[in-house]
Amino acid sequence: MLAYLIRRLGQSVLVMSVMATIVFFGLYMVGNPVDLLINPEDDLAAQEAAIARLGLDQPILVQFWHFLQGVVQGDLGTSFVHNQPALELILSRLPATLELAAFAMLLAVIIGIPLGMFAGLYPKSPVSKGIMAGSILGFSTPNFWQGLMLIMLFAVFWRVLPAGGRGETAELFGIPFSFLTLDGLQHLFLPALNIAIYKISLVIRLSQAGTAEVSLQDYVKYARARGLSTRRIVGTHILKNILIPIVTVLGLELGSVLAFAVVTETVFSWPGMGKLLIDSIGLLDRPVVVAYLMLTVFLFVVINLVVDLVYSLLDPRIRTKGKNA
Amino acid sequence: MKHIFSAAVAASVLATAPVAANAKTLTAGFASEPTSIDPLYHNLGPNNALRKHMFESLVGEDENLKIIPELAESWGTTDPTTWVFNLRKGVKFHDGSEFTVRDFLYTACRIPNVPNSPSSMNSFIKRAETMEAVDDYTLKVTTASAYPLLLSDFASFGIVSASASGHDGPVTYKKDGCEGIASYPASEAYNSGEAAIGTGPYKLGNYTKGERIVLTKNDDYWGEAAHWDEILIRPITNDGARVAALLAGDVDIIEKPPVQDLDRLRADDKTNVVQGASSRVIYIHFDHESEPSPGISGTDGKNPLKDLRVRKAMSLAINRDLITDKIMGGLAVPARQLVPSFMRGYNHDIPMEKSNVEEAKRLLAEAGYPNGFNLVLGTPNDRYINDAKIAQAVAQMLSRVGIKTEVDAMTKSVFFSRRNKYEFSAYLAGWGASGAGMASPLRALVASQNKDKGLGGTNRGRYSNPELDAIVEEALATVDTEAHDDLLRKGSEIAVNDMAIMPLHYEVTPWATRAGLTITPRADQQTVLTTVRPTN
Repeated sequence: MLAYLIRRLGQSVLVMSVMATIVFFGLYMVGNPVDLLINPEDDLAAQEAAIARLGLDQPILVQFWHFLQGVVQGDLGTSFVHNQPALELILSRLPATLELAAFAMLLAVIIGIPLGMFAGLYPKSPVSKGIMAGSILGFSTPNFWQGLMLIMLFAVFWRVLPAGGRGETAELFGIPFSFLTLDGLQHLFLPALNIAIYKISLVIRLSQAGTAEVSLQDYVKYARARGLSTRRIVGTHILKNILIPIVTVLGLELGSVLAFAVVTETVFSWPGMGKLLIDSIGLLDRPVVVAYLMLTVFLFVVINLVVDLVYSLLDPRIRTKGKNA
Repeated sequence: MKHIFSAAVAASVLATAPVAANAKTLTAGFASEPTSIDPLYHNLGPNNALRKHMFESLVGEDENLKIIPELAESWGTTDPTTWVFNLRKGVKFHDGSEFTVRDFLYTACRIPNVPNSPSSMNSFIKRAETMEAVDDYTLKVTTASAYPLLLSDFASFGIVSASASGHDGPVTYKKDGCEGIASYPASEAYNSGEAAIGTGPYKLGNYTKGERIVLTKNDDYWGEAAHWDEILIRPITNDGARVAALLAGDVDIIEKPPVQDLDRLRADDKTNVVQGASSRVIYIHFDHESEPSPGISGTDGKNPLKDLRVRKAMSLAINRDLITDKIMGGLAVPARQLVPSFMRGYNHDIPMEKSNVEEAKRLLAEAGYPNGFNLVLGTPNDRYINDAKIAQAVAQMLSRVGIKTEVDAMTKSVFFSRRNKYEFSAYLAGWGASGAGMASPLRALVASQNKDKGLGGTNRGRYSNPELDAIVEEALATVDTEAHDDLLRKGSEIAVNDMAIMPLHYEVTPWATRAGLTITPRADQQTVLTTVRPTN
């Protein structure tokens, strides 16, 4: 297990450095951030001074060397725009994204699994057909448009929920969270739903397919024959066996929500990491973009690791294999 | 699903009711977020607009960018290089301390010492050779040579409190480094609110980056009392989301409503659109230098833009009225000069030009291009109102007279980098003149690039005309207002006659509010919420 962990971490360090290098040089080729940051009224001397102050007058390889030196010391650079350490800036946005993603995942699981299992157990029922048709709709609506529609319906026409922003926050362990206040929850609901709709559809389809497949297996028939209650059959024997693909997919989806909730965060002006990323790319704020993507890789690695660990809890066969390896 | 939904609905109805009752809070949706609360950190539109709520300057600029008294009550020159400012007495900072010359000097000392400032305020103080306190309320400034734009420069930065920034002793300003100040606070001290102490009508209440800026009324303000008890600014960068927030009643006013939504917002009786002329001119700059020029083909390596006749033909080919009506939906005023008519240095003797396709074709033929040539026109597509659409229209109008024009539109980060590397033969951009009026674009856009003299900083067409340079330099050394403005008018005439640059129109800036509110539009396009009032 330890060797496995070390190997995984080694891989992730490699991926992170490749990613950092590509992004670093890629952004350099896009353009010079000073051209955007500088006030056009400034004369040429002031423009050169600003370039020098940010260290952008150095050859790109020298800049890269300074960056590497910083990384080794745990310093991912300072934002050109905000004059704040890039990592600190990103982490200050993490709680907002984290709660958005967690809430969306929660919705996906508590809505998606029961509906999907129902559709799998009673495939001929018109309700099931409705659920499956709805899930196709949920899949295919563009996230951006869907977000605007949610705002139009809930915020503009019915005026029951706010159109965006984070609302009031309360502190838990010194970190501000929205879900702890009523106002915050109202602000959280629409963006979380916007992310969740796609995930709900995904979970519905996975659990429907899984349930349909598993309920025809011999052990389910045997359990029926033994006279076990439907509740026990569905809740234990079927549910446990369909969870593995769902956990895998949700793990990956969680990573992508954390890293790339950009669209939803932009439409709902949710002050999370995704919005920071898109703003930083727009301003060519290289330290923030590089640090962000490195963090993203790290997140994906961690989530995949956790997913693997959860497998072994769900499926004893994987546990044994792990021991042998 | 149904359960959660109805619970959320019920909860929100209960919670939103009391908020609506508090009528003295103004909530605003901003299109771009200031990068810091520190008024000296970043010389950028949103930052400068925000600081006007909290930090005042020595002299102010009214909505048409005319200089007005602010923290200085009056001023004058004793000779062309010596200025004396009489400061307002009894002005209190937000922490109750008295504002004196010391705070101005401290601010000037801190400007070059703001760590990692991406765009410094330095250019606003560097023309001053000495600055000293005659007494607590009298400031004397000398410049190395006569410099008429000192007031406009001093109107451009907000004054911070020396004591709140951590300095208690006296301040002696020295151009190459002030004496007696141990260290300067970083911008973080202002963002946290600790040092964010100004004299303005609002104090900083709360600042959460990316989320909100809360300003609270300063009850001890020296001037007219603020109308709103509290101002809440929310950055909503997405256009659609900003309009939705206004329609939903989440915010009372938004800046930069998208042009395509204006008719709807005007027609809706819950919302209202306010608009006003700005000092921003949208122009096309020509490559006056390279030969062959990167975006031109079909000329055997020659750069036709160096020929005045070709530049004149291009201007004649453009139907500016059509652009302002059809593309800008009235949010523009046709332009021939670099600042609008209400600003200093505008030459009222230059008539607007009428588009004339036949004359344009004749001039092109005369210049040796009867069949035109191929041109690539560079433009940003997310910087100015309808920028890429304007470029498309210009391209069609130029193609009509034979200059087959292709538009190369790109996001602003790429555009400005490429422009500054001189990769365009012709490009569309904009210039928002400061209170200096015509001097601002003449100095930056069409004066020959000269680092030592501080000229031509944004002259990326590399236009160079010694006659114009001489006039700009003379104007920049003439303190007498009338003589200075006369020179600017002459400079404008030369720029127009030589078609140094091709102005298209002046932007008109829109704001959208909920019904019953209005804002005084500022020519610098900044959103200053102290001027938001109920309409009746």
